[in-house]
Amino acid sequence: MRTSIRVGAVAMATAAALLMSGCSANTGGGDDGPVKLNYWAWAPNLEKVVDLWNAENPDIQVTVQKQDGGDPAITKLLTAIKAGSGAPDLIQAEYQKIPTLVSSDALADLSEYGAGDIEDSFADGVWDSVTLGSDAIYAIPQDSGPMMFFYRADIFEQLGLTVPTTWDEYAEVARAVHAADPAKYLGTFSSNDAGWFTGMAQQAGASWWGIDGEAWSVDIAETPTETVAGYWGGLVEEGVIDNKPMYTPEWNAGLNNGEQVGWLSAVWAPGVLGGNAADTAGLWKAAPMPQWDVDAPATGNWGGSSTAVTTQSEHQEAATKFATWLNTDAEAVQALVNTSGIYPADAAQAEAALTAPPEFFSNQPDFYEVAAKVADTVSPFTYGPNVNVAYSAYNDEFAKAADAKTQSAFLEAVAAMQKITTDDMKKSGFTVE
Amino acid sequence: MTVTEAPVAIRGSNPPVRRGRGTFRSRVLVPYAMLAPGIILFVAFMAAPIVYTLFLSFQKTKVSGLGLGSGARSTVFAGIDNYVTTLTNTEFGASVGRVLVYGFILIPLMLGLALLFALLLDSRRTRAAGFSRTAIFLPYAVPAVISSLLWGFLYLPAVSPFYFVFDKLGWDVPSLLSSGGVTFAIANIALWGGVGFNMIVMYTSLKSVPSDIYEAAKLDGASEIQIALRIKIPIIAPAIVMTALFSMVATLQVFAEPTTLRPLTNSLSTSWSPLMLVYRDAFTRDDIYSAAATSIVIALVTFAFSFLFLRVVQKRAFGQED
Repeated sequence: MRTSIRVGAVAMATAAALLMSGCSANTGGGDDGPVKLNYWAWAPNLEKVVDLWNAENPDIQVTVQKQDGGDPAITKLLTAIKAGSGAPDLIQAEYQKIPTLVSSDALADLSEYGAGDIEDSFADGVWDSVTLGSDAIYAIPQDSGPMMFFYRADIFEQLGLTVPTTWDEYAEVARAVHAADPAKYLGTFSSNDAGWFTGMAQQAGASWWGIDGEAWSVDIAETPTETVAGYWGGLVEEGVIDNKPMYTPEWNAGLNNGEQVGWLSAVWAPGVLGGNAADTAGLWKAAPMPQWDVDAPATGNWGGSSTAVTTQSEHQEAATKFATWLNTDAEAVQALVNTSGIYPADAAQAEAALTAPPEFFSNQPDFYEVAAKVADTVSPFTYGPNVNVAYSAYNDEFAKAADAKTQSAFLEAVAAMQKITTDDMKKSGFTVE
Repeated sequence: MTVTEAPVAIRGSNPPVRRGRGTFRSRVLVPYAMLAPGIILFVAFMAAPIVYTLFLSFQKTKVSGLGLGSGARSTVFAGIDNYVTTLTNTEFGASVGRVLVYGFILIPLMLGLALLFALLLDSRRTRAAGFSRTAIFLPYAVPAVISSLLWGFLYLPAVSPFYFVFDKLGWDVPSLLSSGGVTFAIANIALWGGVGFNMIVMYTSLKSVPSDIYEAAKLDGASEIQIALRIKIPIIAPAIVMTALFSMVATLQVFAEPTTLRPLTNSLSTSWSPLMLVYRDAFTRDDIYSAAATSIVIALVTFAFSFLFLRVVQKRAFGQED
């Protein structure tokens, strides 16, 4: 009995704390004082960037409320929207979360506050993610993750290999690497990272959702995605590409000891490599992604987030002003790069702010020049309202395929993703073509 | 249950003469007042969530058109739709099948080892019993998530010291995380953590047996093994039944081990066990309503299993006590 009371007391205290933190999130400035905005975000040291704004704008004061990460913050926001109060004015939202948030009526349309003026600062693919292909603007892009190819320059040199520029060449290099040493792979097909595969499908020209008039379309099982899945299924079946997930202790060991010779990743890769394979500093180089069509270079996005204004905000115009400043002002973007370590979505500001290469890539002075060129070629891609369902279907179906190690299983996985995603939308009542 | 029995017991067993000064208030209200903290906590943290889960399980989200903008999403009464979905979901059936196989591997091994250790520790010839008891019990103190992380490292050939040795010996041992071995890999983690707890329950039960029974058996010429098989095991049968019941419930609810191992392998899906399916529906697919229905089904199945099991073994296990 005594323990159960103690447990209960702890539970009650926790509940009370939760309630209080829920209440405290809901503050708004009066008509007289400065406008006060709350901003839920998880980018490191973002509050230091916000301090710059607060110093210069005494009448619009922004407070950063630190969040654990993308998923928990969005879950909290959706709860607040359902409850009718408790949402912040601004929130950091990953691109793939935007349709889910819009579908729950959580995000304000910023086009009426002049957000359309900054459209030209961003690549088409990035801008598409915040408009969902409509006239509305649901967020201001903050950072992006254009995909690039990272490889061990020392091992390439040792084996006399050249950097692949097409996917055919990539397959040839993969064969050569594996033939030289059966323990070595040019890369791995990871069933854990749906965002990674989405980025590669995006590069091939896929756009998994679309809005056609008053109906959604789900276009996963179409030529681009099938091409990508078939390509990787073939390499895995052949055994020249590894089939184990990324971000495991085993994969980290492989990056460190040279068994993983390359990584198809995004512009933020130096941070991950520096943390997981510190011993290999200075041995890696970055190149644009291998291409399907060399005459029309393209890439996909893996990661990246935006700044959105919630429907519960009483100061949407002020919030839009702040979000625009944060992501397009020279001083702000420079501060984001220096203190938060992000790759800005605003291409022109990114070029100005990113002068020296990341420390891990000090051997490649033109790192950010390569990145800027790549970022310019991000293909458009529309996310749908049930990205979460499609992503978890990816995890399950491609895990089965990677385990089966056959090309046909990879193609079946694409078909299964299409079916699960479509069925879920129909079940919820969406109009689907 | 004790909540309703307590006041009745007082009224029935105590003659009113002895409680002459007691008014209705003190006889009825005082016990309830003393039980109030328990009742309130039970209602707030047990009954209310169950009722709310039931309530949620009969609802669903209804989207109209594109589902964008205000008023496009509403919650409507779903009838038994969610239950039909759960019961016809092949993923749910498959996950139940997987945990049954897992249970058939785990429970006999775990209880068998626990019983063996308990009997060995209880045997008179055992040395260093205190140390052994602690050593066997210790893994139970390690949280399942931590032990799964530890074992996960040991299962991955590239970072495992076991595979390093196998490699040096020239053995080609397949990875336990492959689709054929993953059930064993998870059962092994549960076994490692669970033997100690069950051993302690059985050992405590053995300690409460009066030692003159053993002396009588000794006088009749019984060996240690005969004492163990013919006297000790039948006497602690109720404890074995109880540990079996707890293990069955825990098996159906396995979650932490496969969830922690999942990112390491292709052979664990997000719906590997029934509770993983509930978690995925509620938090990944954002469909709290069908997750609620699945939870209710799991609770009912667990209840039915436990009840059936008790009915079957009760006569045998508790028969001698009556």
